[in-house]
Amino acid sequence: MSKGITYLEAIRAAQARALADDERVFIYGQDVGKFGGAFKATKNLANEFPGRVLDSPLSEDAIIGLAIGAAIEGLRPIVEMQFADFSTCGFNQIVNHAGTLFYRTGVPCPIVVRLPSGGTPGGGPFHSQSMEAIYAHYPGLVVMTPGTVEDAYSLLLEAVALDDPVLFCEHKFLYNHLKADALPESALPVGRAALAREGRDATVVTYGAMLHESLAAADTLAADGYRIEIVDLRTVKPLDTDTVLASVARTGRLLCVSEAWPWGGVAAEVIARVTAEGFGLLDAPPQRLNARDTPVPYHPDLWSSHRPTAAAIESALRRLLEM
Amino acid sequence: MSHGGHPVTKSDFVRAYRVMLLARILEDKLASLYRSGLIKGGVFLGRGQEALSVSVGISLHKGDIFAPLIRDQAGRMAFGDTVLDTLRTYLGSQLGSMRGRDGNIHRGRPREGYYAMISHLGAMVPAVAGGLFARRMRGQHGIVGATCLGEGGTSTGAFHEGLNLAAVEKLPLVVVVANNQFSYSTTNDRQFACKDLLDKAAGYGVAGHRAGGQDLMSCLQVVRGAVAAARDGGGPQLVVADILRLVGHGEHDDAWYVSPELKASALGRDCILLAEQRLIAEGWASEEDIKTWRAEYHKEVDEAAAKVRREPSPNPADEEWVAVSDSKVAEFFRE
Repeated sequence: MSKGITYLEAIRAAQARALADDERVFIYGQDVGKFGGAFKATKNLANEFPGRVLDSPLSEDAIIGLAIGAAIEGLRPIVEMQFADFSTCGFNQIVNHAGTLFYRTGVPCPIVVRLPSGGTPGGGPFHSQSMEAIYAHYPGLVVMTPGTVEDAYSLLLEAVALDDPVLFCEHKFLYNHLKADALPESALPVGRAALAREGRDATVVTYGAMLHESLAAADTLAADGYRIEIVDLRTVKPLDTDTVLASVARTGRLLCVSEAWPWGGVAAEVIARVTAEGFGLLDAPPQRLNARDTPVPYHPDLWSSHRPTAAAIESALRRLLEM
Repeated sequence: MSHGGHPVTKSDFVRAYRVMLLARILEDKLASLYRSGLIKGGVFLGRGQEALSVSVGISLHKGDIFAPLIRDQAGRMAFGDTVLDTLRTYLGSQLGSMRGRDGNIHRGRPREGYYAMISHLGAMVPAVAGGLFARRMRGQHGIVGATCLGEGGTSTGAFHEGLNLAAVEKLPLVVVVANNQFSYSTTNDRQFACKDLLDKAAGYGVAGHRAGGQDLMSCLQVVRGAVAAARDGGGPQLVVADILRLVGHGEHDDAWYVSPELKASALGRDCILLAEQRLIAEGWASEEDIKTWRAEYHKEVDEAAAKVRREPSPNPADEEWVAVSDSKVAEFFRE
């Protein structure tokens, strides 16, 4: 293994730092203790922080419910859903309890729900889902979708520091693939999108693993002389409309890329906002590229045709550039 | 399984009765305000369940955690809720603890250990467990958390997950189930198939207690015993009481589905009347005392209702319309 820190190690490091810096922080979830988590995101943390990294029963509703009660009492729980897909079993507590608590009672609910998200080859229908849009739909929740090692680290620390419930959509495909030289010393403010690549011919708005497919597509198109600008949303809620509009103002063309399903998703929201607030900036109809509207298939060959890939993004961009 | 009682003194009984009486008089007022069209949404009463409910609130200490449910006006008041805040929440006063953002029984002051229920049944079980988990993590001991449910709530996943988790963690949680025979209109034979709801306690590895639902003395003894056992490190406690709901699910429901035979049965006895008979038989209060308390509570409730009706409603133009609290993200949500 080459040197450098992976996206997964960054998540572990952020949790270690949160535990070290703030005695209110604890970690609760299935297999997160001695075992170190299904993906090893909490490896050794139970040893390093005795009594603060604890295995839970197989009860997503009760895990989130416990976190909410602990947050009311002033603690800062980080809970791990073993896969984002299983958070549907804790959905009620997330959207109806955590999401409404501050608005109803004036008492904040500082919980972080880590959601190992997105597809990997062979993951199949129940270990591959991207849940960001469904949580972003509900008021009172912050939804983070880090696409870089640096953001996996800094946004997770921000998530713990925020007084509100955060759904932290960490992408499993990036866990071990993505590396950085070092952990970041500073980061953009939470809620600000990043300009991942500067360009002038078209804007791609994306997040999570699709950032890297989009960057690869932009590299290919660069060989033909096209300069593609890429906006990495970093957090989908709040959504940094200003940065998106500023980019579209430069390029006049917009493609939104998301690994999630198309219906009512983040890509749809970005296009709705740009169309409503920046219609005059557009030189062509805004486009989106999502996963197909079926369950995420198991077979790697089906899976790689189900989600957007660099090749699919490249061809969507070529169509957009010709409009 | 314990049927044992905890000592209850005359003054405990009198205090509990007076809270029940105040809750009943306040709820009668709520029903009347609802029928006059002054309360929007629903009104959900605890008539017939006051003895069990008050026993929960009165057995807890300041600093404990309580997540009451729909029929717990008496328990709420014993835990510190007021006539004024009840009326403010029901009538939508801007000065109420929920500021018009939530209503009726969905009220609380979580910072004071009085959690505000959500409508989804069973959801408060793991939340109270989490509060207790946090208190223990912070080194606070001798704290108890309690929450109430009907028998219908025991059919939810959240009840199961929460009670199991509390048992695994050996948390000082008391779950009080009012088996009031109807979940809205659904009868027990369509709700559960176990012979006795109390059998569930063994399944979770928690202690079980049965309280005589209409009998205030039994409720006080049993619930106090359960709370004391939890406080002493005995882990979660499940209390079940058989009761009949003496009203509809809400005031919109005339409960036509409750048979006259059931109403006339032992289950249908009114816990307040039974408590009054006991007060008089034991010589703990006279009919004159009870009459005086009634008059006093009617006056308090009527005056509070008149005051709240003059209070401002929330003004949509002044509402922030932001559901997050942290200034680092709230700015993004302002319209």
